[in-house]
Amino acid sequence: MLSIKDLHASVEDKAILRGLSLNVNAGEVHAIMGPNGSGKSTLSQVLAGRQDYKVESGSVEWMGQDLLSMSIEDRARSGLFLAFQYPIEIPGVSNAYFLRASVNAARRHQGLPELDAMDFIKRVKAEMKAVGMKEEFLYRSVNEGFSGGEKKRNEVLQMTLLEPKLAILDETDSGLDIDALKVVADGVNRLRSPERALIVITHYQRLLDYIVPDFVHVLSGGRIVRSGGRELALELEERGYGWVKELAAGQKTTGEGASA
Amino acid sequence: MNSITEPAVAVDPLESFLDREYSAGFVTDIESVTIPKGLSEDTIRLLSAKKGEPEFMLEWRLSAYRHWLTMSLPEWAKVSFPPVDFQDIIYYSAPKSKKDGPKSLDEVDPELLRTYEKLGVPLHERARLAGVAVDAVFDSVSVATTFRKQLADVGVIFCSFSEAVKEHPDLVRKYLGTVVPPGDNFYAALNSAVFSDGSFVFIPKGVRCPMELSTYFRINAQDTGQFERTLIIAEEGASVSYLEGCTAPMRDENQLHAAVVELVALDDARIKYSTVQNWYPGDKDGKGGIYNFVTKRGDCRGARSHISWTQVETGSAITWKYPSVILRGDDSTGEFYSVALSNHRQQADTGTKMIHMGRNTRSTIISKGISAGYGSNTYRGLVRVTPKAENARNYTQCDSLLIGKRCAAHTFPTMEVQNPTASVEHEATASRIGEDQLFYAMQRGLSAEDAVSMIVNGFCKEVFKELPMEFAVEAQNLLGVSLEGSVG
Repeated sequence: MLSIKDLHASVEDKAILRGLSLNVNAGEVHAIMGPNGSGKSTLSQVLAGRQDYKVESGSVEWMGQDLLSMSIEDRARSGLFLAFQYPIEIPGVSNAYFLRASVNAARRHQGLPELDAMDFIKRVKAEMKAVGMKEEFLYRSVNEGFSGGEKKRNEVLQMTLLEPKLAILDETDSGLDIDALKVVADGVNRLRSPERALIVITHYQRLLDYIVPDFVHVLSGGRIVRSGGRELALELEERGYGWVKELAAGQKTTGEGASA
Repeated sequence: MNSITEPAVAVDPLESFLDREYSAGFVTDIESVTIPKGLSEDTIRLLSAKKGEPEFMLEWRLSAYRHWLTMSLPEWAKVSFPPVDFQDIIYYSAPKSKKDGPKSLDEVDPELLRTYEKLGVPLHERARLAGVAVDAVFDSVSVATTFRKQLADVGVIFCSFSEAVKEHPDLVRKYLGTVVPPGDNFYAALNSAVFSDGSFVFIPKGVRCPMELSTYFRINAQDTGQFERTLIIAEEGASVSYLEGCTAPMRDENQLHAAVVELVALDDARIKYSTVQNWYPGDKDGKGGIYNFVTKRGDCRGARSHISWTQVETGSAITWKYPSVILRGDDSTGEFYSVALSNHRQQADTGTKMIHMGRNTRSTIISKGISAGYGSNTYRGLVRVTPKAENARNYTQCDSLLIGKRCAAHTFPTMEVQNPTASVEHEATASRIGEDQLFYAMQRGLSAEDAVSMIVNGFCKEVFKELPMEFAVEAQNLLGVSLEGSVG
């Protein structure tokens, strides 16, 4: 589904990703962990197509296409979803409008008929119940005045409605208390299916108690320095990230990637 | 394999959004009666004679002209343009017609009807906008007014200003210039001297006008200035909603539009005045476009009266306009809702004045300025609470949205409070359409264009919701946006 090969990317001439490789197949859940500044968020932004990030070299194949040559919206419409670490506020635009516009953009792309307001509202209300959002959030401006937890729920709601092929969760756990974390994780788990892949980016192993990954990768210095099963996350929890940095230093020249 | 690729969004989505064509820029090929360029007492006599005006009107014009000669151009606004040669303007141009003015639509030149149809304002019986009566002003004259009969049945007078002067001289004499005196300011004085047509509305005591009234102003002839005058009177307990739209052909020369609008609301009367201004804004480099120098003022003369201005200003090379309300009656209320867009080299200096004189008067000001390209957008407002205005309240909110990095936004709010019981609030924000917002919306599958439209539309929402339905749609289309809020 997604194949990243030797990806180098920079922001403002500062190299952040330095030879990252990763394969993700349908049905898999990958966790990417790493210390601050290791390039976790950069990876998600580059995959989603943010223009501030410059791809220096490497390739990303997505559903048989060259992802890096696709526009931001085409990546999204073809099923790549990014749950933002800090969801953006759009004053004056109702959540309902925003959600329907995005769902219909994807449907048009797939050659499906657009959902009319009634069908859409019916569907969105059912999904909102599942992620524990009150209906009033439909009529409020996108993310405006939402608490941290409400914003993250809203991301999960969007993800549920858009039914992506690959969802990237960028530190979705940050700023959530344990109850909110569970709700969000439940929402994500409901989306797990043999056709769908997930990349869960997180600093803490806590989230992985609720969203159990098939693979865990440790990112440091812009490269994956170690890959393993979910026990790797527990090991990290125990030993901290200092150990990882040493690993990264040891691998400086090899540029060894990880493949799952 | 080594594919170094920039993301495929090569064109700046903001730029392409803002580079839309001006769709009303065509010229109607029609024979006109035009007087020579230039301005003098003779011009005014000629103009007045052409219109067959009574003596009092000519005298009124001449005294305004004499006053105008003593005045100088206002220079305090944050706009710059080469000096206007007032002798190089044609002050009267009208489509040729057999009679003085068409009495029915059958007498209107079909070319004119086609023009309005093209502009989305069909005048003929079958295609008329449901529930909206239209007065169509073409260059210096009104060419048609629809639904007059239906309105007359309930006592509402809706006609061109020229007709009002002849058929309702007493009403005109009683109210003309009582809100905006002839010598009020340079452009108002000029207008008073040379105004050629406009709309006249009179809603008698206790009548709720059964439909929306509207005037569609069209400048067509070259080198011609448009100086229209609108007067709306709502007697005790009357109410009316009035809409105004404006367009002009694309020309390389600047054209002057100096209008005066006066509103009078007596006890318990309500007037809602909405404008969608889409005069030709000039080209990308600032060549051509309309100079829109307008004086609009409402007088809440009676107790509990209400006047509300809503404007969406997307056109004109220069906009200089401050729709204001004098809150004379006790418990009267005034409102000003504005969206002003200045793109490319457009300059807008607009805002309002709320003059609190009566007791318990309230005013609300919501101003949304959008600057893009090299555009400059200024909010200029005055809230004055006079010594006798007990318990006056004002709330002002000025928001500026910047699109791109070369535009400018300015805010000049002035408050003069001379009564200690007053409560005056002012809030202002300035924001830039963020890369973040665009990226977020596009990551959800929206095209760049739709994303910008949605964000701009969201920014303007508080004002758009004040517009009557027909205009809300037009305003949103003007800003290139799809109909937001159709869900929920």
